[in-house]
Amino acid sequence: MSEFDTAASRVSALRGRWAVLVGFGVAAVLLFAVAPAVLTSFRLGLLGKYLCYAMVAVGIGLAWGRGGMLVLGQGVFFGIGAYLMAMHLKLADAGADGVPDFMALISSSGVPGWWEPFRSGWVTLVAILVLPALLAALLGLATFRRRVRGAYFAILSQALAAAFAILLIGNPTATGGSTGLNNFVGFFGFSLRDPVNRQMLYFIAAGVLLAMLLLVRQLMVSRYGELLVACRDSEERVRFLGYDPATVKTVAFAVAAMMAGIGGALFVPIVGIISPNDVGIVPSIGLLIGVAIGGRTTLAGPVLGAIAVAWAETSLSEQFPSGWTYAQGLMFMLVVAFLPGGLASLGAVRGLRRKIAAADPTVAAETADGDPAPVPATEPRHAHGGAQA
Amino acid sequence: MDVLVTQVFNGLSGGSILLLAALGLALTFGQMGVINMAHGEFIMAGAYTAFVMQQVLGAAGLSLLVSLPMAFLVGGLLGVLLEATLLRRMYHRPLDTLLVTWGVSLILQQLARDVFGTAGVDVPAPGWLSGPVEVLGFSFPRSRLFILALAIAAVVALSLALRLTPLGRRIRATVQNRQLAESSGISTRRTDVLTFFIGSGLAGVAGVVLTLMGSISSNLGTSYIVDAFLVVIVGGIGQIKGAVIAAFVLGTVQSWVEYSTTASIAKVILLALVVAFLQARPQGIFQVRTRSLA
Repeated sequence: MSEFDTAASRVSALRGRWAVLVGFGVAAVLLFAVAPAVLTSFRLGLLGKYLCYAMVAVGIGLAWGRGGMLVLGQGVFFGIGAYLMAMHLKLADAGADGVPDFMALISSSGVPGWWEPFRSGWVTLVAILVLPALLAALLGLATFRRRVRGAYFAILSQALAAAFAILLIGNPTATGGSTGLNNFVGFFGFSLRDPVNRQMLYFIAAGVLLAMLLLVRQLMVSRYGELLVACRDSEERVRFLGYDPATVKTVAFAVAAMMAGIGGALFVPIVGIISPNDVGIVPSIGLLIGVAIGGRTTLAGPVLGAIAVAWAETSLSEQFPSGWTYAQGLMFMLVVAFLPGGLASLGAVRGLRRKIAAADPTVAAETADGDPAPVPATEPRHAHGGAQA
Repeated sequence: MDVLVTQVFNGLSGGSILLLAALGLALTFGQMGVINMAHGEFIMAGAYTAFVMQQVLGAAGLSLLVSLPMAFLVGGLLGVLLEATLLRRMYHRPLDTLLVTWGVSLILQQLARDVFGTAGVDVPAPGWLSGPVEVLGFSFPRSRLFILALAIAAVVALSLALRLTPLGRRIRATVQNRQLAESSGISTRRTDVLTFFIGSGLAGVAGVVLTLMGSISSNLGTSYIVDAFLVVIVGGIGQIKGAVIAAFVLGTVQSWVEYSTTASIAKVILLALVVAFLQARPQGIFQVRTRSLA
């Protein structure tokens, strides 16, 4: 490292920091000032829903884009957060010692014992933060420690989503079955029918999303973030250097799960319904396409991609119900096969030129928009030979 | 005793269905490293082939026998199409093949819904497959026995083909050492296409068999694909015998757990057991010894 190199990297790091600050400022103005002024309250509610998906996408970007873990079961963590919140809202609507309306209709045995703790709002909030992360940590440790990864991990996470949806449908008296839980009246003492409260929910979602982005940005530039990318690109080398890749990857997976859980918990009061249709295999994998389109390794890409895809889904499926499925399938095929870096990689050509001039490897990590090789070789090259783990 | 025999038979029967669904995957995922989520939709295509054949031919017995090779062809051609257009450029990033083929599977499902309707269709079984067979006082459904026999026949045929035919030799050579195979004059490109044809064709055959189990609809594939992948993971990649053992073990476990709990709990327990099993043997029942780090 010559002096010139360090100076250049400091300059570019500074430039990256400014770019991020400006980006956050613009996002905050758009979310908190422009959107409420421009959109009707119905459209603002829809945007709030997209923001919930975007929270899941932030986590996917961390685990998949940065960590190389193809997480196909984020719907599970989204669903745990959502169902916990929905159970609390249902119990709160029923009043002290009351039985939620759907439960009274289909069974006479009253509230199941494991519902009872969630009468308390605090217990529910803590559970929303802890349970998804805990489940992810358990699954992550169990698999990564034994060096189960790549396709194996992806399929296990997908099987988890399938099992979770089947479990929900199979227990209609406790979870509402395939209709799920809906028809919520209040939210921690505030009426959900009041448009002012609904707007407040949107603001909460926007604030939470920005906080998550700040957290992920900090993780990305920290030593931990470097380790995570190193695990993605060459896990063996990280192990030889004395780190434990299993822990590094588990942390990213658990953080991603927690974000999905929070997204789910906010989804429930904003949208007003949660059902197995929102948590199974199809929605779980569907969450990935926005991340892939926006650019899985970038900070803002997953969020913008998720919001754009959710918006496109609403507007397309209003007009052509079956057209959306074709569009979604085509997006998966074309984006992942031909544009694996997402739309963010289109700007990489420009960034690449600048980078060759600066000859500085830290630019990619810092600005995150000029990554010339955004797609990691998540498996070693010999994987094709059929001898991979 | 009654319960024991019924449960063992249910396990074998469930296992044979899993095996048919997973056999093609063991070839494409296990040997080529491609994660083909559209495999389930190739199964669905096979099932709809049987439906169309029956509409055309009318006679249930004849149409079943014609559908088996036809579905093999339909599944295989779909597989070759997929391999030639998309997958061939993606061999170096196997995880992404999962998402690309997921897109293909979404499109194929929607196509099936638009062509055949959202409601399930029935393919009546031929007379010689309906009703039970009495053995030692126990009665076994003929269709289940047929599936079991077909699964065994498919395994035997596949392993014989891999072991004895020139094509099988080429496939094994390519799997074991791609570069060396290529420098010995084997066209690995053509071998890849043929392997994919056989693997996807087996999915088509599995689809025909599933018409004997009940009505078929566009989401037929999604209900089998995850279980089929679990079979390949538990069995260990690169070998057919692992998939065979894993399929029958998972089928038996599932039938026992389902017997003592419910179908939905059984799914969760089965997944937990698979994760627990991978703790002991992370690479499945049979591991290919390599010198690679993993």
